[in-house]
Amino acid sequence: MKSTTAAPHREEIKPPVTEIGVIGWIRANLFNGWFNSLLTLAVLYLLWLIVPGTVKWAFIDSVWLTGSEECRATDGACWSVISANIRFILFGFYPHDLQWRPLLAMGLLVALLFYSRERSRWNKMLAWSWLVGLFVMGLLLKGGLFGLTAVESANWGGLPLTLLLSVFGLTAAYPVGVVLALGRQSEMPVIKSFCVVYIELIRGVPLISLLFMSSVVFPLFLPEGVTVNKILRAQVAIILFTAAYIAEVVRGGLQGIDRGQYEAAESLGLNYFQTMRLIILPQALKIVIPPSVSILISAFKDTSLVVIIALYDLLKTTQTTLSDPKWMGYSAEAYIFVALIYFICCFAMSNYSRKLEKELDTDR
Amino acid sequence: MQATTAPEKIPFLRDPTKRSILYQLVTMAGVALLGYYLINNTLINLERQSISTGFEFVEKEAAFEIGESLIDYSAADSYGKALLVGFLNTLIVSCIGIILTVVLGTILGIARLSTNWLLSKLAAAYIEVFQDIPVLLQLFFWYAFFYEILPGPRQALDLLPGVFLCNRGMIFGVPHYHPAFGYAAAAFVLSCIAVWFLRRWAIKRQDATGRTFPLFRASLLMLLGLPAIVWWLGGAPTEMNVPVLSGFNFKGGITISPEFTALLLGLVLYTAAFVAEVVRAGIQSVGKGQREAATSLGLRPGRVMHLIILPQALRVIVPPLTSQMLNLTKNSSLAVAIGYPDFVSVAGTTINQTGQAIEGVALIMIVYLIFSLSTSAFMNWYNKKIKLVER
Repeated sequence: MKSTTAAPHREEIKPPVTEIGVIGWIRANLFNGWFNSLLTLAVLYLLWLIVPGTVKWAFIDSVWLTGSEECRATDGACWSVISANIRFILFGFYPHDLQWRPLLAMGLLVALLFYSRERSRWNKMLAWSWLVGLFVMGLLLKGGLFGLTAVESANWGGLPLTLLLSVFGLTAAYPVGVVLALGRQSEMPVIKSFCVVYIELIRGVPLISLLFMSSVVFPLFLPEGVTVNKILRAQVAIILFTAAYIAEVVRGGLQGIDRGQYEAAESLGLNYFQTMRLIILPQALKIVIPPSVSILISAFKDTSLVVIIALYDLLKTTQTTLSDPKWMGYSAEAYIFVALIYFICCFAMSNYSRKLEKELDTDR
Repeated sequence: MQATTAPEKIPFLRDPTKRSILYQLVTMAGVALLGYYLINNTLINLERQSISTGFEFVEKEAAFEIGESLIDYSAADSYGKALLVGFLNTLIVSCIGIILTVVLGTILGIARLSTNWLLSKLAAAYIEVFQDIPVLLQLFFWYAFFYEILPGPRQALDLLPGVFLCNRGMIFGVPHYHPAFGYAAAAFVLSCIAVWFLRRWAIKRQDATGRTFPLFRASLLMLLGLPAIVWWLGGAPTEMNVPVLSGFNFKGGITISPEFTALLLGLVLYTAAFVAEVVRAGIQSVGKGQREAATSLGLRPGRVMHLIILPQALRVIVPPLTSQMLNLTKNSSLAVAIGYPDFVSVAGTTINQTGQAIEGVALIMIVYLIFSLSTSAFMNWYNKKIKLVER
């Protein structure tokens, strides 16, 4: 009794200042123990060495929207190399007055991707709108229909080409990969061994050897007089390459399906194709959504390798700009800009993949 | 009566065995037809362009120089030797790259799990940034870094005493050649073998009698001590071959070309980000209870790490780690983009000069397949070795 009545008068004892608030946080996270304190000081010293100089170079001393003469005069970064050549870097040799078309196509892609973010919107309609969307994007790029001027694929370049190679590459590679994965799980020895050999062969060699193959060997495979343009050949190489990786990911999903599911489907009297289409694949593909996004990310990064067979993707247009004597020597700035584009795309995708992983984990 | 006749009535396509044989025959025929079509086209095309097939070209004179080579090579040597040079270049950049990647990746992975907020966030930022930028772009960046940003030899950056960085590459001092170093290396190999036997003996004795042996300390003493003693007995040579600036370039020491350094830097920094994630996931996969149980048994922190955490974490770490090593090896083929003469680059030059496209690409594929198949053979062996013994 006494203690309860006395309580209001007693001053509430607060935790010591060193345990809460900013100071408490700093103590707990930066200076908990002599080793961590030492580490913190070392890291701070390192940051002090690097950050001010970089900020000065990138922002304070830099020039943004000038010609190349002003760039030679400053010690800082010359971001003008980008602003002066932005259209070439982004669109390559695409005709100047038609560049709204790839821009619109990219806008459409971003809009579709943005709309598809919510899993609740994933249905047949969305799948169809993706198909239509991809067709419209291709049409916008190529032209030749509905009064759009046709643009030779040799003139395609820059960011649209990078996106084209990765988006179409993955869309086409996915079904191939699923078929390969099913083949690898098959009980028919011939089909199984074909699939295993294909998957292991492709996964064992670097993409660049396939690109070499597409550029120098593939023309030999075709009958006389038939030619396939360079972009399509590279695209096929990327599809064949990505499909093998997708097959392995899908196989992981197939192996994660309980045997009971197969047996249940069989006891319902479903045949192989019905079992796969209605029972197994919907479950297996759901499991492998997060790893599929990582495949998309690496496919997106890997498209940069087409530089080596002289396709004008984002990286190649940047290099071409840098070979202009006017802008020579500003590689760091230009490459940082391109890296930023890649980083934003990949970071968004990997964040999304993490979010999906969390969502899919809870409803299991 | 009816039951005995029923099996004969199954139509051909409903019989799973027959159907599967049919499917397989159709697939085989399809693949064979496609193969025949492609080979036929190729033969016709080769004949039309009058390119001979086969690997005779490896005997011919290569007639091109290679910038850096581990073995003696000149333009008068054969294509075969040129390809061997490229192969060795790929091998050395991969080996050094893998070692550096594992070291850097492990440090980053542990830093990511550090209780130090600043360090952990910094490691996370590094991992995210370097994973999300194409490795080719990183290679171009480091290559440009050497040729555009670094100064010439006269203003070379003096990183450490005797280590210089300039647009001619990285230059550092090495000890003068002396036979004592050879003896010391032999002593090191010998002590490695001795340590292996010692370990077997120690384990056997512990199994039999329960007595432990301070294996780690003894091994360290042997591995470091024996070579050092041999080096001292051999005359303890300390003379260094230090690079000195003379005229427009350095004399002496060892120069590592900008191409090699840029390739190594790009590959290591890129792959280390992935290895860091692998290491982090591996360490996190060991349950907290394991550490607590080990501590409650009275094991010291070092023993807990060595006996409880690491063996379990390694089981998770090693498979993805090997695939990252393989990735690094495959990505080393991007050397062709920055002019380092690796296998793909030499094979590309060979293709251009001889027109033997099919053979050249086939060689590239075979070489990388050998790498990856031997890696997966190792993986299978390792997985079998460390597999959990389940009851």
